[in-house]
Amino acid sequence: MLIFPGLAFLMIFGWAAEYIDRKLNARLQNRIGPPWFQPVADFIKLISKEDIIPEEANPSMFRAMPVFALSATVTAIMYIPLWGTEALYSFKGDLIVVLYLLTIPTLTYFLGGWYSTSLYSKIGAVRALTQLFAYEVPLLMSILAPALLADTWSLSRMAVFYNTHPWYWLFNLIGFAISIIALLGKLEKVPFDIPEAETEIVAGTFTEYSGRLLGLFRLSIDIEVIVGSALLAAVFLPFGLSLPPALGFLLFVVKVLSIVVILALARTVFARLRIDQMMVFCWKYVSPFAFLQIAINLVLKGILIR
Amino acid sequence: MHKVIIPIGPQHPMLKEPESFSVTLSGEKIMKFSARLGYNHRGIEKACEERTYVQDVYLTERICGICSHSHSTCFVQAVEEIAKLEVPKRALYIRTLVAELERIHSHLLWLGVAGHEVGFDTLLMYSWRDREIVMDILASLTGNRVNYGLNAIGGVRRDVSAEQIKDVLKAVDALEERTKYYIQIATQETTLINRLSGVGILSPKDAIKLGAVGPTARASGVDRDVRRDDPYAAYADLKFKVITDDHNDVYGRTLVRMGELIESYSMIRQLAKKMPEGPIAVKAPRKIPAGEATSRYEAPRGEDVHYVRSNGTDKPDRVKVRAPTLANIQTVAKMLEDRQLADLPIVIAAIDPCFSCTDRVTMVREADKRSKKLMEWEELHSYSIHWYKHHGIDFSDLNKKMRKKLG
Repeated sequence: MLIFPGLAFLMIFGWAAEYIDRKLNARLQNRIGPPWFQPVADFIKLISKEDIIPEEANPSMFRAMPVFALSATVTAIMYIPLWGTEALYSFKGDLIVVLYLLTIPTLTYFLGGWYSTSLYSKIGAVRALTQLFAYEVPLLMSILAPALLADTWSLSRMAVFYNTHPWYWLFNLIGFAISIIALLGKLEKVPFDIPEAETEIVAGTFTEYSGRLLGLFRLSIDIEVIVGSALLAAVFLPFGLSLPPALGFLLFVVKVLSIVVILALARTVFARLRIDQMMVFCWKYVSPFAFLQIAINLVLKGILIR
Repeated sequence: MHKVIIPIGPQHPMLKEPESFSVTLSGEKIMKFSARLGYNHRGIEKACEERTYVQDVYLTERICGICSHSHSTCFVQAVEEIAKLEVPKRALYIRTLVAELERIHSHLLWLGVAGHEVGFDTLLMYSWRDREIVMDILASLTGNRVNYGLNAIGGVRRDVSAEQIKDVLKAVDALEERTKYYIQIATQETTLINRLSGVGILSPKDAIKLGAVGPTARASGVDRDVRRDDPYAAYADLKFKVITDDHNDVYGRTLVRMGELIESYSMIRQLAKKMPEGPIAVKAPRKIPAGEATSRYEAPRGEDVHYVRSNGTDKPDRVKVRAPTLANIQTVAKMLEDRQLADLPIVIAAIDPCFSCTDRVTMVREADKRSKKLMEWEELHSYSIHWYKHHGIDFSDLNKKMRKKLG
């Protein structure tokens, strides 16, 4: 935390988002919901507890996976322009790097589940990987479409482009809807919480995890929510980027939280799909729309930008 | 993935009661399913023989937490038949009223559980909130939310006042409106329909062959309902439809249960209108004359059967309970053929299982001898270790490690 002040910010923002998600979900379900400090209290409770590693598990992999997940998500935020048009670091093609970094948590769920050797974890792990193939392609395509329009694969350059062409982000609304669906899959939330379906495979990947390691996993999921939403906000909602820093920061928080609210709404109104239904849904309906978005943007690029 | 056997239970988040299922999986597909009952055995049948009839009414009420009134009414009916008691009309009406209220609370509870099993927790929260209305009514009528303690041999123990009837009718109106909303959700919400329809298919032929009862059978088009076929209590005076459905799947079972809710509301209105005046109980003898009787009752989960044999004393000679889940549990393996693991929770939940009602002692008879085999503790212990080993679960390594650690 002392080394990288961004981590403290991400943790606090992640907990705040988790609180909003849980509270909103509870209120929509006619429950009271947790108090504001609940996510922090959960984290403190988990990190102060004993780590139990199954005898049969591979201890080094079992321990390493939560750390990998956390570091990958935290690294990803450095390339995303949050407020203003400049990210902390940027280079040509950092969009692809961010998407890869956001894939790493899913791979750590797979490996962590696989190496914990519990049957429930293994099934959850396989499901996590199967699900990855369903949502990753639409996510990638829907995010590439705005990049095509801006003719750059750097998130900061995209921000500059959409800042100079203020209303062009409205062309990407189909892509925005698709990426929200894909983000639900990536974050393993209802209707795509198949890898940790409680009533089928207990907690899926995380069945054997406890204590600090589970705490780190939970934290990395919270941060993944923020990073994923920030990515979507940067790509699909690039307006108000030339505001003064304080206002810009406020706008950024509002953008991310509104995506968090959409995710919470989706998780309230749907039932969990089966893995085969999810595959069919993502490949049959979501991917063609992502293609459509790319086609639209290619045509627009020909018309608008010379 | 190669074939794996995963244990569902005795402790598992899917299960509300301990029960053990083992599922052989190939990837996501279920290859083999087997159920092992017996984790909840409480010896109630035997306990009934040691207690008087009056005590047994309360004991049978505790067979099931949800359909407690069903079991006690079923038992009381059998005893009344042996003793040839003429139960007053008003008592029968009050029994029926509570029975239908119990059906409402059971079906609303089921709806919530079904929602939870397919990951639709919002439905769980909503239906359980609305279930509180009927729970409050039951509490005000009988003094308890479950285990009403209403039945007595020869009648009921509490009368119902005119104001209480008014409250019941008000609650029924509110519940009917909510139920219509749930029917709308069940028939329109796409993700829910996707998870329910086509899942757990049980053809009418199989339903009859495997002896399915209650909503499980009626959703497969089997038109059976004890309330109409063999009317007990006040059902002969009531007009109602037996809801059947020909979807043969979990979706059909949902529609049947929702339809039965609507029928229950209309039955309660009729009961309130027709409620006769008069005494609520006749005096029952302490000693029941020798004889035997079987009593049938349409519990929320299906037909409940009690058999009582008396020997002229104040304690029954034998009480046998056939809870509806015992009849329905056989169908689960059939329903799960060629399905996926994700369908397992909802298929099991769709028969509305109540395992504690179902668990019985199994007596092992050896093939060559006609005698019952009794196991000593040591023998039973080694048998259990062997059984788990056979199912791919081996605790002997763990035991050795434990012993080493303990020194």
